[in-house]
Amino acid sequence: MNGAHDLGGMHGFGPVVAEPDEPVFHAAWERRAFGLTLAMGAWRRWNLDMSRSAREQMPPAEYLATSYYEHWMFGLERLLVEHGFVSPEELARVRRGEPTPSSGPPEVRDGVQDGALRPESVPRMLRNRRAARVDDPVPPKFQVGQAVLTRNLHPQGHTRVPRYVRGRRGVVAIDHGVFLFPDSHAAGEGTQPQHVYSVRFAAQDLWGPDAPARDSVYVDLWDDYLEAAP
Amino acid sequence: MSEHDDHDHGHDHDHDHPHNAPLTDVQLRVRALESLLTEKGLVDPAALDALIDTYETKIGPRNGAQVVAKAWTDPAFKQRLLEDATGTLADLGFIGRQGEDMVVLENTEAVHNMVVCTLCSCYPWPVLGLPPIWYKSAPYRSRAVIDPRGVLGDFGVKLPEEVEVRVWDSTAELRYLVLPRRPEGTEGMTEEALAALVTRDAMIGTAVVRVPEAAR
Repeated sequence: MNGAHDLGGMHGFGPVVAEPDEPVFHAAWERRAFGLTLAMGAWRRWNLDMSRSAREQMPPAEYLATSYYEHWMFGLERLLVEHGFVSPEELARVRRGEPTPSSGPPEVRDGVQDGALRPESVPRMLRNRRAARVDDPVPPKFQVGQAVLTRNLHPQGHTRVPRYVRGRRGVVAIDHGVFLFPDSHAAGEGTQPQHVYSVRFAAQDLWGPDAPARDSVYVDLWDDYLEAAP
Repeated sequence: MSEHDDHDHGHDHDHDHPHNAPLTDVQLRVRALESLLTEKGLVDPAALDALIDTYETKIGPRNGAQVVAKAWTDPAFKQRLLEDATGTLADLGFIGRQGEDMVVLENTEAVHNMVVCTLCSCYPWPVLGLPPIWYKSAPYRSRAVIDPRGVLGDFGVKLPEEVEVRVWDSTAELRYLVLPRRPEGTEGMTEEALAALVTRDAMIGTAVVRVPEAAR
């Protein structure tokens, strides 16, 4: 979707300001938002593309006005309701910051369900390879060195083609092999395995003659995003 | 929030001073969600603690710095790293979440690589940990692709015009680690001392590795 998350090439956000000796998290709630997102992901009811897609549903003005882990919270809340873990009424209470009526102290944990992530499983969970790369013997549609055009598509659902390369000419630089296709994977419509390439776009082909002549941007793109350049 | 948020204090999120400030709406919201999911038995708060601790104390940019220092001192390792980053990093134990398929990009006298994720915040967790705020924020994500030399300027880096700048936008599940140039004047240094010079930003490609004056 053409959302506020697709930021590449926009002007006006000001300089990049790095924070010296930045902590990993900036507040206690960020720690918990991070932990909740990974722990609920461990139920495997949704995939990473669905998570990204859920965060992208945040209204554009809100997306730009909020911080990173607020995007994560928005996406998690949405997925929890969509997948029936939380009712809309419960979510409304959460969003008002109201504690669960029957809630006991957090140290009461004897009711943890089978399937919930346990602390002893965390190292294994973090080391496991998720299945974005797949072994399906799909032939590549394009060869390294071949000129390609990024198709000028504007799907309303999730996609990983940034707007700034749509309709632009590039050259296939690396063939990374076969991966799940995020557009269908995010929609729960199958994996549609296909090749992913790093495609090199000359900076001048993206940004015009004022861009430095030698510079370039490499973007990772799937077969279905590309067509052969004439 | 919008239609659900009937508070009247809007986005008063005091991210920088969490300790003494009153609870803001996002803090209350996260706390309420954790208590709800805990009550339902869907999460074990101790598992959250373990996840948080992993990225606060175990997985961070020191992992990547070790890899860089080893590549600087062991040409055969460097060759393997550039040819098969995923396998070579896995041999060192740097595998897993957000590092499933790795690519290492070598900076040279002629080419400077820099990594961004314009669409979200993709970042190689096993070697660099969780990304810094600037990497996830609009100024970097918007400008890295259209004005990388300007962004480098924000970091105090000015590259000669003849150096080719390559920006890598992590739009798929490949994760990129930049192998920065080894600075001059480090010929006699141990791998450990070299690793101490390597910064996170140099492995993203927004900085170059420098030798502190005192170490010269």
